[in-house]
Amino acid sequence: MDLSTFVNVSLRLLEGFGTTVQIFCLTLLFSLPLGLIFSFASMSRFTPLKLLMRVFVWIIRGSPLMLQLIIVYYGPGLLASAMERAGTLNIIYEFAEYLNSFPPLTATVVAFSINYACYFSEIFRGGIESIPRGQYEAGQVLGMTKIQIFFRVILLQVIKRIIPPMSNEIITLVKDTSLARIITCYEIIYVGESFTKSQGLVWPLFYTGAFYLLFCGILTILFGYIEKKLDYFKA
Amino acid sequence: MSVLDVIGLKKSFGKTEVLKGISFSVEQGEVISILGSSGSGKTTLLRCLNFLEKPDDGEIIVNGRSIFSANAKKPSEKDIAAERLHFGLVFQQFNLFPQYTVLGNLTLAARLRVHGKRAERISAVAEIEEAALSTLASVGLLDKKDFYPCQLSGGQQQRVAIARALMLSPEILCFDEPTSALDPELTGEVLSVIKELAARNMTMIIVTHEMAFAKEVSDRIIFMDEGVIAACGSPDDIFSGNAGERVNKFISAMSK
Ligand SMILES: Nc1ncnc2c1ncn2[C@@H]1O[C@H](COP(=O)(O)OP(=O)(O)O)[C@@H](O)[C@H]1O
Ligand SMILES: [Mg+2]
Repeated sequence: MDLSTFVNVSLRLLEGFGTTVQIFCLTLLFSLPLGLIFSFASMSRFTPLKLLMRVFVWIIRGSPLMLQLIIVYYGPGLLASAMERAGTLNIIYEFAEYLNSFPPLTATVVAFSINYACYFSEIFRGGIESIPRGQYEAGQVLGMTKIQIFFRVILLQVIKRIIPPMSNEIITLVKDTSLARIITCYEIIYVGESFTKSQGLVWPLFYTGAFYLLFCGILTILFGYIEKKLDYFKA
Repeated sequence: MSVLDVIGLKKSFGKTEVLKGISFSVEQGEVISILGSSGSGKTTLLRCLNFLEKPDDGEIIVNGRSIFSANAKKPSEKDIAAERLHFGLVFQQFNLFPQYTVLGNLTLAARLRVHGKRAERISAVAEIEEAALSTLASVGLLDKKDFYPCQLSGGQQQRVAIARALMLSPEILCFDEPTSALDPELTGEVLSVIKELAARNMTMIIVTHEMAFAKEVSDRIIFMDEGVIAACGSPDDIFSGNAGERVNKFISAMSK
């Protein structure tokens, strides 16, 4: 192996790693707020909404992310062509065609965001439900509104409690991004494999591991820092 | 005129009727202790007064004005938010906000009520902080103002909780077994803070199992039994042995 190959491989892998980081960041960006909404829905006093949410979470958590990825990416196209054959060219067909036009990265972020939102929603729900009733009641008795109580009293206590399970889940997400290659998203493993196919080089694939380790290492340090920052109170 | 009139208050949870028509009045500056065995409905009564439970029937009148009536139309969130401030409540488990300092616990709710122009807000917050410091001094915890609840003993936490309740200047301050979660050696400091409030003419309703304290601090004692007021009178009446068999039994059991 000469230096120029190494530099070339490194640069190409770095490009793939960019896509990996992109999937990771976009998934977090969408799945965190979506997960909070899901968790409220799954705690709703409106029973049909609660049941619907819990069934949805069950389906998403109970089936492989890889399968969900394939359905999101290929599903609309299959539906559109089936409808075309049946001659039903209505608005659903148009919509399916529209979804089918999404690039792999978009489909990946959609599937990942929904999947991770479901996992996060369960963590959020556990965290919110673990806060003693007395915290809400103390706020109520002091004349605070429900929204004030949630944002000023409850939220930080929930965050403190869910940091460990969230860091687990988020580190899993880093590695799950590699699934995106099956719908031809050029993330780092895809790029690594391409060297095997085109040049018979296996080491670039192993080399990708270093990128993951580095990324997860940084995240671990970051979560440790947040945990320490929230160490000043007990909840 | 009485500060508080409670008329025919009823509350059920499912099929169990916990309050079966509670009526009593409280005069300005009066200290009322509520005694009664576990499950008799004392906590539920305080929770109804503080709008943490909605009574099924009855009326609550503060200073001659009805603030809750089962017959009136359902009060809005906003009405409740305004009316509940007639009362303060000190919980058995303190329920301090763990992520705020002692001072933060005292000022949080008051700060959230501050509105208006920037200059007005700044002076309002300064006033709140000043009030918080003097309230803290009154419970003897000024030196702990920057501590977090987890750094305080149970007795200190409960004194902070009392100070927090006082910050909104309630007309009637309610206590639900304020010393029951404390080690015996820590009850004294909390009870003496309550006694000081009594000396300063604070109107208070105190649910307690501390017999000697109830006898000393109360102007009147209410004895609850299975959701009704079984006896009511001066401490001398209640502790005289003539207030009925249930009362005597309870007092002798508690005084062991
Ligand atoms: N939220 C609730 N749901 C169902 N039952 C309750 C609830 N709160 C209190 N109770 C019942 O009401 C009764 C009176 O409780 P409580 O007011 O706490 O009594 P005390 O404070 O005198 O011990 C008890 O039997 C208790 O189990
Ligand atoms: Mg009780």
